[in-house]
Amino acid sequence: MKKIKDYLPWIVYFVFFLGILVVNPGTHYIHLVARIIIFSLYAVAFNLLYGTTGLVSFGHALFYGIGAYITGMLVKATSPELFLLYIVLGAVGSAFVSFFIGLLTLRLTGIYFTMLTLAFAQLVWGLTFKLYHFTGGDDGIQAIAKPEILAGGVTKYYLFSFIVVTICIYILWRIRRSPFGTVLNSIRQNPQRVTFLGLNVYKNQLKAFVISAFFAGIAGGLYAGLDGSIHPDMLHWPTSGNAILMATIGGMGTFFGPVVGAGILTGLEEVVGKYTEYWSFYIGVVVLIVVLLFPNGVLGIRKFSSSKNNEEKETEVVCNSGN
Amino acid sequence: MDINTFIAQFLSGLSTAMLLFLISSGLTLIFGVVNVLNFAHGSFYLLGTYFAYQLMQLFDNFWVGLLVGAVGAGIVGMVIEFLFLRRIYGRAQEGAFQLLMTFAFILILDDVVKFIWGTEYKTIPKPASLAGSLNIGTVTVPVYNIFIIIVGLLVVLFAWYVLTKTDTGKMVRASSLDRIMLGLLGTNVPMIMTVVFGVATAMGGLAGVLAAPLRTVTPGAGVEFIIDSMIVVVIGGFGNFWGALLGALIIGEVLAFGILWMPELATVLTFVVMIIVLIVKPEGLLAKKAVGRK
Repeated sequence: MKKIKDYLPWIVYFVFFLGILVVNPGTHYIHLVARIIIFSLYAVAFNLLYGTTGLVSFGHALFYGIGAYITGMLVKATSPELFLLYIVLGAVGSAFVSFFIGLLTLRLTGIYFTMLTLAFAQLVWGLTFKLYHFTGGDDGIQAIAKPEILAGGVTKYYLFSFIVVTICIYILWRIRRSPFGTVLNSIRQNPQRVTFLGLNVYKNQLKAFVISAFFAGIAGGLYAGLDGSIHPDMLHWPTSGNAILMATIGGMGTFFGPVVGAGILTGLEEVVGKYTEYWSFYIGVVVLIVVLLFPNGVLGIRKFSSSKNNEEKETEVVCNSGN
Repeated sequence: MDINTFIAQFLSGLSTAMLLFLISSGLTLIFGVVNVLNFAHGSFYLLGTYFAYQLMQLFDNFWVGLLVGAVGAGIVGMVIEFLFLRRIYGRAQEGAFQLLMTFAFILILDDVVKFIWGTEYKTIPKPASLAGSLNIGTVTVPVYNIFIIIVGLLVVLFAWYVLTKTDTGKMVRASSLDRIMLGLLGTNVPMIMTVVFGVATAMGGLAGVLAAPLRTVTPGAGVEFIIDSMIVVVIGGFGNFWGALLGALIIGEVLAFGILWMPELATVLTFVVMIIVLIVKPEGLLAKKAVGRK
């Protein structure tokens, strides 16, 4: 039976992201919320791997960046009329690359997987820097035009991003609640048992990896249109770290946690950045507090005391010590 | 390539390798004993550099700077391990939390350095006694590079002696094998971890001071070096001391000769080496048991 409680996060989501249009606090803040919603998609897509499947990828900036670069280059090479198609093509490109990287990286577990994903992302980042004629080097790609209907005023582009992101998040939400999502969740808790049930852990992980990369690619493509400029930093490892930060701060065990995390991280950068240039110091402090005091994230605080969750945690601990 | 260029480039690679080894042996020691992958290790490298810079402003003596840089970084390392890292050992999904916590310390420590010393470039000059260069046959080599190679070798010898010939070393090796058993036998394991963390971060600080005269001192220096040392640790095998030496030699020479061979892509080459090793032998070149594979 579906309860209203299950849909409460969706209601809050719509109230917040549409409410901002009603309040209309000015272009600066609409731009901020546009960034939040794009990062939300990036973080939710990442969390399918991290919070659900239990794979700590440290190279997700690669897929975010590929989406952005493909979209940006296609707009530059042709005209911006087919912008939405280019975003989808960027995501397909990300998914294509992620399939091959996934084939190799998923053979490893734990820290080895993390390091290999980092290595691939840094490799592409390094290439982006050096292949100046193709990618624009450290200048990135500037002045990416938007199609006419989205041009002028950030509000139109925000509404466009909102619709695209909401559709994607809804798809990811359905995936998380599907039998396939349950399999992924089981893989995190106990991969051996999943194998004994006759399911292929590697194949399911690979599917999750590709899906996650696809939606991260869409987020990257959307970001390319927001400011009309992209740069190699989008592929650099702090961007991968940001995905982990957003998911953990918001609560990696919850579906909407990464959205909250994206809001907190982006909002914090904005607020602290106004008063001091040392904003990363404050973000570091917030991360420390979260890791030490709220390991389940902001949305996970409520779940922390419920008995069902503790039971789940216990099986996790048992199987982890068995590895 | 004639033989002179080859030797000069080889020696330059060797001094890079020794610096990499100083950092990555600390990293691998922490991983082996404390079971933490310290992403913030580059920040201790940075702290070492800036502590030395500060001391040299006061006393104008390289050797005082070298000592204070290493010891200071080690003390900060011990405080951080004691107050923070210790609280997340043994937690479910510990790997992710280690990553986050050490990532947080990169953000914090690097910003503290920026706040205290500013973002502009600083320089630490070579000590006068090591400023010249030496002629070996027809090759001219800076004395300072040879000094780094010698310091590196001394650290290798010293570490080999402590780890294999002393009781302390036996204890450290035991704690990397079975922490719980060692604790049951009455050893203060948490203290070993704190001390190992301190020694390892001090080595990072030492590398920071040694490298400073060869590079410019900027707040971004730590991050640049940490990625290369991470690659070294992965190539040699996590927690494997001799693996770190081998990995450092490989990466140092790859960087040195890569710049001659394809100057554009030298930094990318190190990642290629790491990817090949991780795919072919994920546990690292010198690791005995197969771990991390499915």
